[in-house]
Amino acid sequence: MSLIQETDFGTPKSKSETMVTLTIDGNQITVPEGTSIMRAAMEAGTQIPKLCATDMVDAFGSCRLCLVEIEGRAGTPASCTTPVMPGLIVHTQSERLKKLRKGVMELYISDHPLDCLTCAANGDCELQDMAGAVGLRDVRYGYEGENHVFAKSHGCENDNWMPKDESNPYFTYDPSKCIVCSRCVRACEEVQGTFALTISGRGFDSRVSPGMNESFLGSECVSCGACVQACPTATLTEKSVIEIGQPEHSVVTTCAYCGVGCAFKAEMRGEEVVRMVPWKDGKANRGHSCVKGRFAWGYTTHKERILKPMIRERIEDPWQEVSWDEALNFAAAKFKGIQQKYGRDAVGGITSSRCTNEETYLVQKLIRAGFGNNNVDTCARVCHSPTGYGLSQTYGTSAGTQDFDSVEDTDVVLIIGANPASAHPVFASRLKKRLRQGARLIVIDPRRTEMVESPHVKALHLPLMPGTNVAVLTALAHVIVTEGLADEAFVRERCDWSEFEDWAAFVAQDKHSPEATANMTGVDPKALREAARIYATGGNGAIYYGLGVTEHSQGSTTVIAIANLAMVTGNIGRPGVGVNPLRGQNNVQGSCDMGSFPHELPGYRHIAGDAVREQFEAMWNVKLNNEPGLRIPNMFDAAIEGSFMGLYVQGEDILQSDPNTKHVVAALSAMECVIVHDLFLNETANYAHVFLPGSTFLEKDGTFTNAERRIQRVRKVMTPLNGYADWEVTIMLGKAMGFTMNYSHPSEIMDEIAALTPTFAGVSYAKLDELGSVQWPCNEKAPEGTPVMHIGGFVRGKGKFILTEYIATDERTGPRYPLLLTTGRILSQYNVGAQTRRTENVVWHAEDRLEIHPHDAEQRGVRDGDWVRLASRAGETTLRAEITDRVAPGVVYTTFHHPDTQANVITTDFSDWATNCPEYKVTAVQISPSNGPSDWQKAYDEQARNSRRIAPVVEAAE
Amino acid sequence: MSSSPDKLVYMANQIGKFFHSQGHERAVQGISEHIWKFWDPRMRKQIFAHLDAGGAGLEPDVLDALLKLRQQA
Repeated sequence: MSLIQETDFGTPKSKSETMVTLTIDGNQITVPEGTSIMRAAMEAGTQIPKLCATDMVDAFGSCRLCLVEIEGRAGTPASCTTPVMPGLIVHTQSERLKKLRKGVMELYISDHPLDCLTCAANGDCELQDMAGAVGLRDVRYGYEGENHVFAKSHGCENDNWMPKDESNPYFTYDPSKCIVCSRCVRACEEVQGTFALTISGRGFDSRVSPGMNESFLGSECVSCGACVQACPTATLTEKSVIEIGQPEHSVVTTCAYCGVGCAFKAEMRGEEVVRMVPWKDGKANRGHSCVKGRFAWGYTTHKERILKPMIRERIEDPWQEVSWDEALNFAAAKFKGIQQKYGRDAVGGITSSRCTNEETYLVQKLIRAGFGNNNVDTCARVCHSPTGYGLSQTYGTSAGTQDFDSVEDTDVVLIIGANPASAHPVFASRLKKRLRQGARLIVIDPRRTEMVESPHVKALHLPLMPGTNVAVLTALAHVIVTEGLADEAFVRERCDWSEFEDWAAFVAQDKHSPEATANMTGVDPKALREAARIYATGGNGAIYYGLGVTEHSQGSTTVIAIANLAMVTGNIGRPGVGVNPLRGQNNVQGSCDMGSFPHELPGYRHIAGDAVREQFEAMWNVKLNNEPGLRIPNMFDAAIEGSFMGLYVQGEDILQSDPNTKHVVAALSAMECVIVHDLFLNETANYAHVFLPGSTFLEKDGTFTNAERRIQRVRKVMTPLNGYADWEVTIMLGKAMGFTMNYSHPSEIMDEIAALTPTFAGVSYAKLDELGSVQWPCNEKAPEGTPVMHIGGFVRGKGKFILTEYIATDERTGPRYPLLLTTGRILSQYNVGAQTRRTENVVWHAEDRLEIHPHDAEQRGVRDGDWVRLASRAGETTLRAEITDRVAPGVVYTTFHHPDTQANVITTDFSDWATNCPEYKVTAVQISPSNGPSDWQKAYDEQARNSRRIAPVVEAAE
Repeated sequence: MSSSPDKLVYMANQIGKFFHSQGHERAVQGISEHIWKFWDPRMRKQIFAHLDAGGAGLEPDVLDALLKLRQQA
């Protein structure tokens, strides 16, 4: 193994299809029009010296090192800013060029520290490389003159010198090493789109400046790492590199945070991760990253990781550390005992959307074939199950229709109930890039999110009341139909015409007009009409949506309404358009694909279908139950009722993430055996009897499937600290229960998945190694996968329009609970925070805050930063208030990343009518000033501390 | 929504409300198919027991859908 070296072509690739032929150093080369001479040369294998150019950002032409000579042209143009032209004859090396470049380097080095041996970039420094490349042997100017290098010059303070900025927990800014190439500034603008950096001053005074000469941490910087990656020197360097040194080998793998699925190079020294660097060939992220994937991997070796299996008879007891055999036999005996006592259907399990496809597949296999029932569910139940239902009803398949590249061809972006800037940051950066090129943006969200207004982005914002999505989307359809904006040709060709006619008549009713619904939705009818017109007529329209759509009592109806909108405007079946659910966790798509839902076998096929079930029975050599099993909320109800007594939970913290915590506590407490298989003693483990240590994404092989249906490899870079990858643990648990599964490597599991699942038929590790990734369906018809779905026709045949009547949730505000609480995420934290809270990311978000409008705060005597009591019909908690007009009067908002806040104590039992996906996004609440934690929080904390005790190991007596 | 039949009645009616706008016949078909596809047998058993006990609280579409489903079962 060696370090993967990615070629830097110096300037971005041209998309032109017109080809141009020129001669560089005597060799003919043909490249697309718009390519720079620098890139053309590199493609031919000639590296022209450069410092300010890198292919992640546009050419800038400041360093004057990449000069070339062109026959017939005067002077020495910069090759980065000079485009190719037919017939050019270019020389990259001549006496004149050598002299010029040496002179340039001499000036750079005269103001640069010569501490190469002890410099963190030693071995990875482009300045050092270029000094070597141009043959710099002497610096005639000396180092004594005016400089930025030394704190003191000639015995006096050097005003040009600036100390290091160590404020960011992950990287250091050392201004003394800066050559002002602007790569960091341009990466921040062009790649990330945050515009946090600038160059202040002019000439010799030019400095890289975060914000208005602030610290990196104090500025708008979102710590995505693009600047660090772009820096050619040690000016911006990962602290891990400073501490450890340069990596010696690297392995391409997939991030285990959100559903974007960024590809990273894990750069290693032995089994120690030195840094994670986004991989330019990653088709989801194209070389970009966010603070989580790039930097927040420290949890993988956090001291709180549990590495030994543990058991206990009662949750009041302290944990006992035991051998794997003892833990597995204990768990197996409990589960078998429960099945004998309460029946075969009294146990079940939850697969993890954080684990690999192979691991998820094995857990559902263990449950269906080993436990002998279909009580398997996954956390998608509480996030995107309505997507599965809604899209399969309308289009015939449960997945997003596009790849992320599609956004580059989009003219109108409609975001509904999603905040990609926080939750899917790398996609947000790609989207913002397109917006800066002129695409238009509509945001439907109760809150003025970071997407609504950011540098060079101004959305048409429809701030609706939480819970009124269906009314707003049906009103959009009303405008499109009644104003004659429908794409009739598309609908006639691709959709069921009579269903369309029914639907068109339905949405055209006056009661669905923006004016008639404004009262409920709070959306200005004029703005809504404008949004409908822009989406229907503005060119390629793409819808991106998140949990603000699904986590409602009408979540599935909203997904259907979205699907209807895309069909009626013909925005489906080509690049630039489509319906794109933004998935929360890294492998939500995969866990759904892998048959994690109780009614479906892998590939979304109902368990009652004999033909499909028989294939699985033949492969697994066991008779399967043909009835759907319990969904997560149904499991809780059945537990309280006494018919569901044992649960195996892999990589999921249901106690913190599921709604109505008190109800979940009651359910877990009622069970006789809860097995938690996780990295940490999470909140659910407080109610568990068996703890099986889990492994991180760095410690195993497998695949994740991202929001674009893209299947990507996860590659093992270190030995599991707990001894076993999660797929191995599931096999061992099965074996202890008498159910044998034989696999020696996850690739064999994928082969079985491919053999049983038509949409995965063409997937294998060999193919993934060859192509990097594939998007399912991947089979005979599409051997390299399917970037865009429904081209030429829908998977189900004709697209199906379904009526979407708005039905208000039963969670209503009233005199006791007059405000509506909605929930969301923040950039630096991930889901329940189990991983990110165990990293330095806490510097950005140490606690959950309650956002409240100044008007509502004033009425209640709440000041910014005050502790407030947040109460709903389900429960109450306390947290600190943040006063902001991002939320409308009557609406409050919080995140759910911290267990001591327990936002889900507040959320209720209401759920989506079709899938039981909980209604997290609407809870009627009241706010009042408070002195500190509620009684519930104190009792919870006490129980948690008690439950996490681990008994000291007693040495056996001689 | 404390006791189980109440909760199941609530869930069934919620499904009913979605299909209501499609007219009685299609609603009955839609509701029964949905419950057959997504409800675990013990949930169906409970709602059938509630149906036998008079089916209090069930909306007309839902009542017919459950009767139809039980006939098929």
